[in-house]
Amino acid sequence: MHIHKYEKIWLTFGIGCLIVFLTVVGVSAFAAGQQPPSCLTTIDPEKVDTTPPFDHPGLVKKGDDEYELNIVVAAFSFTPNAIEIPKGAKVTINVTSKDVIHGFEIPGTNINMMVEPGYVNSLTTTFDKPGEYTILCNEYCGAGHHMMTARIKVVE
Amino acid sequence: MVNSLEKVDRRDAKLALAYLFVAFTALALGGFAGLLQTLVRSGKFELPAGISYYTILTTHGVLLGLVLTTFFIIGFQFAAVSRTTGALSDGSRRLGWIGFWMMTAGTACTAFFILTGQASVLYTFYAPLQAHAGFYIGLALVVVGSWVSGFGMFAHYARWRKAHRGQASPLLAFMSVTNMVLWLICTLGVAATVVFQLIPWSLGLTDRVNVLLSRTLFWYFGHPLVYFWLLPAYMVWYAVIPKVIGGKMFSDSLARLAFILFLLFSIPVGFHHQLLEPGISPFWKYVQVVLTFMVIIPSLMTAFAMFATFESYGRSQGATGLFGWWRKLPWGDARFFAPFVGMLFFIPAGTGGIINASHQLNQVVHNTIWVTGHFHLTVATTVVLTFFGASYWLIPHLTGRVMTKAMNRLAIIQTIVWAVGMTFMSGSMHFAGLLGAPRRSAFSTYGNSPQALEWIPYQIAQAVGGTILFIGIILILVIVINLAFFAPKGETEFPVAEAAAPQERAALALENWKLWIGLVVALIVIAYTVPLIDIIQNAPPGSKGYKLW
Repeated sequence: MHIHKYEKIWLTFGIGCLIVFLTVVGVSAFAAGQQPPSCLTTIDPEKVDTTPPFDHPGLVKKGDDEYELNIVVAAFSFTPNAIEIPKGAKVTINVTSKDVIHGFEIPGTNINMMVEPGYVNSLTTTFDKPGEYTILCNEYCGAGHHMMTARIKVVE
Repeated sequence: MVNSLEKVDRRDAKLALAYLFVAFTALALGGFAGLLQTLVRSGKFELPAGISYYTILTTHGVLLGLVLTTFFIIGFQFAAVSRTTGALSDGSRRLGWIGFWMMTAGTACTAFFILTGQASVLYTFYAPLQAHAGFYIGLALVVVGSWVSGFGMFAHYARWRKAHRGQASPLLAFMSVTNMVLWLICTLGVAATVVFQLIPWSLGLTDRVNVLLSRTLFWYFGHPLVYFWLLPAYMVWYAVIPKVIGGKMFSDSLARLAFILFLLFSIPVGFHHQLLEPGISPFWKYVQVVLTFMVIIPSLMTAFAMFATFESYGRSQGATGLFGWWRKLPWGDARFFAPFVGMLFFIPAGTGGIINASHQLNQVVHNTIWVTGHFHLTVATTVVLTFFGASYWLIPHLTGRVMTKAMNRLAIIQTIVWAVGMTFMSGSMHFAGLLGAPRRSAFSTYGNSPQALEWIPYQIAQAVGGTILFIGIILILVIVINLAFFAPKGETEFPVAEAAAPQERAALALENWKLWIGLVVALIVIAYTVPLIDIIQNAPPGSKGYKLW
């Protein structure tokens, strides 16, 4: 099979870029720990209300400036739906669903994860800017999907 | 060349036209649903009579994403196979008709349950939202029908190869077969979840469903699905467009190699749609991200081949300077212009795709309307404009008519209308998505959230774009109806390009299906075995069905 000289140059350049790109993505994933939310913990979706920590959803202080925020998601609400978080605190958000698949997104931040029945999903973040943030569901879950929202207030 | 090969057999033409007829009917209905969605989402309009936004959205997704594409592709490929390898045998044609009626019956069944509000689960039908069993049964019929049609093509191709031992098969036949092999392998996943999980569960034979397994099987199919849409567009680019402009195909064997690479790397990649999901380890997500990016290589090859074809043709016409060839291209010919605009849109579309599949960047855009903007560039512009461009010669060829100058002019206008409408709609979807606006959601200010209020101007721009696009749909329907029923009788060519170096024989290894299918299976096994075992062994209690609409 004959490959034109220019095409060889073009493909070498393209494949080279691809290797560099995938290396950057791989290093930031495995060396710098920038992995997408992929929590492996399972839970019985019908017993969420009696399974810790979701039996008492809300913000829990875990250490100096370290918090855990446990949120139960169900059609069409987040529990709790009004949350205050101190600015600059390290917050681990754990979410699970009692019914169908939902999304957990805070527009204006990189907080975005899928919430699926039977699984806990989790990510750790820090809110550096005070103000009001909106949590919304970004995976279709039924007639009230677009009404599903909650607020986070980041305070000094 | 042999005369009998130049025209699609009349009986095969009828078969191909039947598929195209359903495809364009789906375009009319699905396009209208799309218009309604953009209007609702602007916040200035509400659906009458309590019709749900999500019913309309399901209709749009199923009709355009699944019905329009699959029917057009199978019809086009039957015509391409018949044109390049001779009239179908009676057996192959019968399989084509059986497939057609199964798919049409399935579509009617699914459409009935969607339109009666019993299946507002969107075209991805994620469990544990549970539609009426008829919705899933209809979809299963569509898929199985498409397999029957695929077997019709395989049988015809096998017969040709037997009669022409030692010869490479005609390019369009090879490409059609590659695409149907891809389709057959990937639809096994969606068929497995629909037939073994969702149908028994929706009939009440089983109580619970493994949600993550069902999603994973869906996305095993969901990404190759987009290549199944794209490859027929590439067939037109590689094997038809050079002839339309009066030039030669850059390289026959590189075109075949590109298709084989697409076959290998479009299937073991579904996890890049599931990057933000619990229950799948990030290592396996990364493995599939790497495999996803391998399709960039055949895409780069295709881009090179297209522009090499255009430049060679321009220079053969006496063009000079670096870009002089640009002016020699037949800009006034809609058969070239529509697919060419589609190619241009593929540049931002492909770039967006690279962002979406990136291990980390996905988190910024996942399930935002950016993604909707993305696939309205890929499938709804690149692929669809190429299909429109192909219809301008395919339909008159099959109906024994010719496209008039006036219709050609209308087709050029249609392309421009489409490009402008899509720039508005998809462009504002991309911007709103970066600001966090979710996809698949009716209009909402989320309790006057300041973030949500920022999206409204973009949503109005989407409605403007959607309205322009709907005008584009009316124009294409006018053209298609004209070409099918009213255009003057005559002979229209089914253009098939010749290679620039015909003496260079395509490597026969590229048709060694045992080898390529074996490699595809190996890649799938590597990418999926361990995570699938994890998903099944560590499964949480299953979910019962919910009807929340």
